[in-house]
Amino acid sequence: MSRTWALRKHKAAGGAVTAADRRRLTPEFGAQNPLEILKRRFHSGELGSVPVALGLIVVWIIFESLNENFLSPRNLSNLSVDIVGTGMISVGVVFVLLLGEIDLSVGSVSGLAAAAFAVLNVSHGVPEGLALLIAVLGGAAIGAVQGFFLAKVGVPAFVVTLAGLLGWNGLMLYILGANGTINIDDKGLLAMLTGYYFHNVAAAYGLAALGTAGYFLASYHDARRRRAAGVPARPLSEILLRTGVLAAIAMASAFVLNQFLGLPLALLIFLVVLVGLDYVLRRTRYGRMIFALGGSVEASRRTGLNVDLVRISVFMMSATMAAVGGLFLASRVTSASQTSGAGLLLMDVIAAAVIGGTSLFGGRGRTWSALLGVLVIQSIASGVALMGIQTAVQFMITGGVLLIAVVIDSLSRRAQRAHGRV
Amino acid sequence: MESGATLRRPGPAPPLLALHGIFKRYGAVQALADVDLEIRAGQVVALVGDNGAGKSTLIKVIAGVDPADGGEIEWDGRPAPITRPHDAQDLGIATVYQDLALCDNLDVVGNLFLGREIHRAGVLDEVEMERLTLDLLDMLAIRMPDVRLPVASLSGGQRQTVAISRSLLGEPRLVLLDEPTASLGIEQTAQVLDLVDQLRERGLGVLLISHNMGDIKAVADWIAVLRLGRNNGFFDVTTTSHEQIISSITGATDNAVTRRKAPEWDAEP
Repeated sequence: MSRTWALRKHKAAGGAVTAADRRRLTPEFGAQNPLEILKRRFHSGELGSVPVALGLIVVWIIFESLNENFLSPRNLSNLSVDIVGTGMISVGVVFVLLLGEIDLSVGSVSGLAAAAFAVLNVSHGVPEGLALLIAVLGGAAIGAVQGFFLAKVGVPAFVVTLAGLLGWNGLMLYILGANGTINIDDKGLLAMLTGYYFHNVAAAYGLAALGTAGYFLASYHDARRRRAAGVPARPLSEILLRTGVLAAIAMASAFVLNQFLGLPLALLIFLVVLVGLDYVLRRTRYGRMIFALGGSVEASRRTGLNVDLVRISVFMMSATMAAVGGLFLASRVTSASQTSGAGLLLMDVIAAAVIGGTSLFGGRGRTWSALLGVLVIQSIASGVALMGIQTAVQFMITGGVLLIAVVIDSLSRRAQRAHGRV
Repeated sequence: MESGATLRRPGPAPPLLALHGIFKRYGAVQALADVDLEIRAGQVVALVGDNGAGKSTLIKVIAGVDPADGGEIEWDGRPAPITRPHDAQDLGIATVYQDLALCDNLDVVGNLFLGREIHRAGVLDEVEMERLTLDLLDMLAIRMPDVRLPVASLSGGQRQTVAISRSLLGEPRLVLLDEPTASLGIEQTAQVLDLVDQLRERGLGVLLISHNMGDIKAVADWIAVLRLGRNNGFFDVTTTSHEQIISSITGATDNAVTRRKAPEWDAEP
């Protein structure tokens, strides 16, 4: 960046900064007690995933105390596969929420993708791989159509995707035809997505070790680069602490999974998608554009950002992930039916993103919130099912948790506001 | 003191920016009529006038957001028509609007480099951007608690300094500031005025819109007064009294040239 170098030279020529020295930059980084950091984070509205992690622990403790089978390896392993379909859809919703928009069509799109796969593969004999590809690309095309109406025509996202919710659901019922339910080959590729487990114990432990080592190396490398460039860096102790916490969680999860059937393929795919999309959101120009647009449309436009293109691409992302999630859900029940993608799925995926800490107001959120939020929702569902209580109770509990999450979101936003206008 | 409708002053180098006879009309409203203005490098020119005098319109004309209907714009003594925001940016004119146009959810680094991120194959180079941010803020002697905090949690003065710093990343030669100290406290205003001083010391031209005579006296070299879309005086800050400027703004001392050229304005209630 030559321009800043020029300014630097000017500084050298102009001599030291004099009168304004007391205004010099004073970076506050590290070397603070964690409570202080937490307090500052709350005031700046950056609590992140702390509340949901605590909430998840509370939910688990409550259900374990009510039914000792809740934290059994079998139940937890099933839980880890159950979350994948809903979680995939929820990741797409995180993208849309980051823009401050909403996508109500994801449930219908997921059902349509499952139905399209089933009809192509079972009724028309299209090879599974090709049928999968068509279903996913169909999702992307649907997203492009909805994004077009939103960005180019200017119809509010709420209305476009509400039309989509009805329309795509209708299309799904139409292509399913009179059959109603199409069973999918339970030995086929799609069924394997959620049915395959790496029985070798080394797989789960290896993944845990690999993930932890990768995290450590990336953090360490980043800190070293920062120190070399003279910018504040995380102290090694903090990196080690974070790596330690991650290692404990990863190893404990691997241990539990290995107690049952081993590492589920579905969970592996989900984690890879989460890490990949997290990288896209936080480390790439494209991700920065999404956050900028979620922060201020006008500011983004003035910097020359192509607002329409980013909006369309984000709606393509959410519809694509909805199709992927729909296929995982169909894989779990090895069938596509008229109820695919219907019912509470839409509410669950949006609630999961919000419970996980993604803001409804746009501009704040991470892909990991989909994982955490879905874990909370599925844990409640699984716990309630284990205890044999009616689903009515499940709805009430999930509703309450969602309300708490939205309240936290609103409060932290207000804290941020108040803090900003000193 | 130097006053009069013609603002050209003798000088060795041509002015950085010179406007001659700028006209701008919105429907039936003549927003700017025959406006002249000169800004030299290393000078802070304050643009003052009552509400509706045409200050913001003039800024928009120079920034290319709302191009002039008539008149000439010279840059470094050469004609330089500005018809789009891009033209102004290419010349080296940076504008900081009153609403700042910051993304509240992004941190200071993200906002500074918004739209011109440093990246390799689409992957952001956060370390380099943070280093350059620290360099820039350090050079401008700006204090910032943490450049990784979202700007929503900064004070109004800090947000203003972020917006101004961002305009400097493009290495402009002229900076237009639209009411940078409006709605700021005393300490924060001082912070922003310090920054304006810095810009002058670095040889940039600054055009500053302000209502606050105290601020203007503190940082400006020249004061250009607009009244009802016309020039109504160009004053040297050091030799002009507060009262003279105020009366020029309110029209108590319409100068002879203005009165002769625009009798119809005086006739209005």
